[in-house]
Amino acid sequence: MDLILPDFGLLVWTGITFSLLLFLLAKFAWKPILNAVNTREQNISEALELAEKTKAEMQALKAENDQILKAARAERDQILKEAKEAANHMVEEAKGKAKDEAAKIVESARQNINSEKAAAMAEIKNHVASLSLEIAEKVVRHELGSDDKQKALATQLAGEIKMN
Amino acid sequence: MQQAGKFSSLLQIFVFALSFFVFQPFAHASEEENFNVGEMIMHHIKDAHEWHIAGPEHGGTSIYLPIILHDNGFKTFSSKYFYHGKEVEVLGKDSVIYHYMAGVGPAKGYALYHEEIYILNKEGQLHFVGEHPHNASPTDLSVTKNVASLLFGSLLILLIMFAVARFYRKNGAVAPKGIAKFLEPIIVMVRDDIAKANIDKHKYHKYVPYLLTIFFFIWINNMLGLIPIIPGGANLTGNITITLFLAFCTLLVTVFSGNKNYWGHIFWMPGIPVPMKIFMIPIELIGILTKPFALMIRLFANITAGHIIVLALISIIFINKNIAWAGLSVPMALFISVLEILVAFLQGFLFAMLSALFIGAAVEEAHH
Repeated sequence: MDLILPDFGLLVWTGITFSLLLFLLAKFAWKPILNAVNTREQNISEALELAEKTKAEMQALKAENDQILKAARAERDQILKEAKEAANHMVEEAKGKAKDEAAKIVESARQNINSEKAAAMAEIKNHVASLSLEIAEKVVRHELGSDDKQKALATQLAGEIKMN
Repeated sequence: MQQAGKFSSLLQIFVFALSFFVFQPFAHASEEENFNVGEMIMHHIKDAHEWHIAGPEHGGTSIYLPIILHDNGFKTFSSKYFYHGKEVEVLGKDSVIYHYMAGVGPAKGYALYHEEIYILNKEGQLHFVGEHPHNASPTDLSVTKNVASLLFGSLLILLIMFAVARFYRKNGAVAPKGIAKFLEPIIVMVRDDIAKANIDKHKYHKYVPYLLTIFFFIWINNMLGLIPIIPGGANLTGNITITLFLAFCTLLVTVFSGNKNYWGHIFWMPGIPVPMKIFMIPIELIGILTKPFALMIRLFANITAGHIIVLALISIIFINKNIAWAGLSVPMALFISVLEILVAFLQGFLFAMLSALFIGAAVEEAHH
């Protein structure tokens, strides 16, 4: 029966001990422990939030970078295209100019040649004329050295005229 | 694998030797007289004024705890003056012989019978009427085995928790290491799964220290009770006084936390006709008491039953007076002891859980 009857002495000791234990633990153990655990939990959730935020920021930054890169690439392509066009244009222009120049040179050369040729021809003509005159003079002098010969020639010439 | 085998066989030898060592006194008793299992078990699960270690019941190795009496002023002496006192046989009215220990030296004038202290009458003896002496008792505030175990257990809890607190105080809010790493999940479990789960989330903070204290008090003292030798082995949490006190604490916390809504449900239950409202008042009032009463009985019965089973299984050896029975009784006692480790945790958890549930009901706001 006394197994299920409370004992006064033990009740007193339990009351004192348990109250003291509750007070000491609450003040010097549970408070710092729970504070530390709460602080850490808060830190962790804050860190997770920050990580999430940073991730989003990184994403935005990356997107921006991609945009810039794309724009830069387009600009580069544009510049390259323009440069190529300019170069082509310049080459074309140079080619055209060179052709004109060449044509001009050839033309002037031809003109020179022609004028030289004409001059040479004229000179040759003059020379031939004077030579012909000389020869003719000599021939005439030789042919017309006697009267007979003069007469024969005149006859011949006259005959020729008639035939014409 | 091989190491595990070696370890388990070592463990078996250890358990075997330990149980043999611890229950040696009863073996002696069985040689001298008929071994009374019931008496031995009752003797163990009840409180005592000594802490018996080994040897025969009288004259064995024991720690004699201080006796503190209040009988016209305080009297303090060692319980040795009872246990090493004068053994008296007296014939009761029902012609049964009763044995009690009459105190000597400073304990003169008092007698110890079944761990109760009585004042001797004018004839210098106890006067038995039926099973119990009719003599007056002084107020007994002795440091009994349970009180010593209570003090030791509380000191142990303080040391452990202060060590955990010291870790956080020294290192700040970092990941726990060592003892803090082991205990933090349990502390967080009490906070989240016991307090937060049952009590309004704006009010639970206030009750966490109380719930943590009862949980660890019950758990650690349950575990100490499972250790067969000093400083364990006292049936502290299986003592009705302890469970009564703990249940009373929960009752006090519940009653003083009760808000308007809670008392409204007790004295004027909403939503039912007036005659029923009046009829419900005494039922609800009894309900306030039955809840902690169930807490008290549950812890007491569970822990006491565990001690009784282990002792009864070990007693098989002494009933049969043959050591070969250890082959049966020791594995069975070991199995029950392992089960008791689970029960030790479970009972602490349940007590705290149900306390939180009652507090939660008391602080709940009306939601209709």
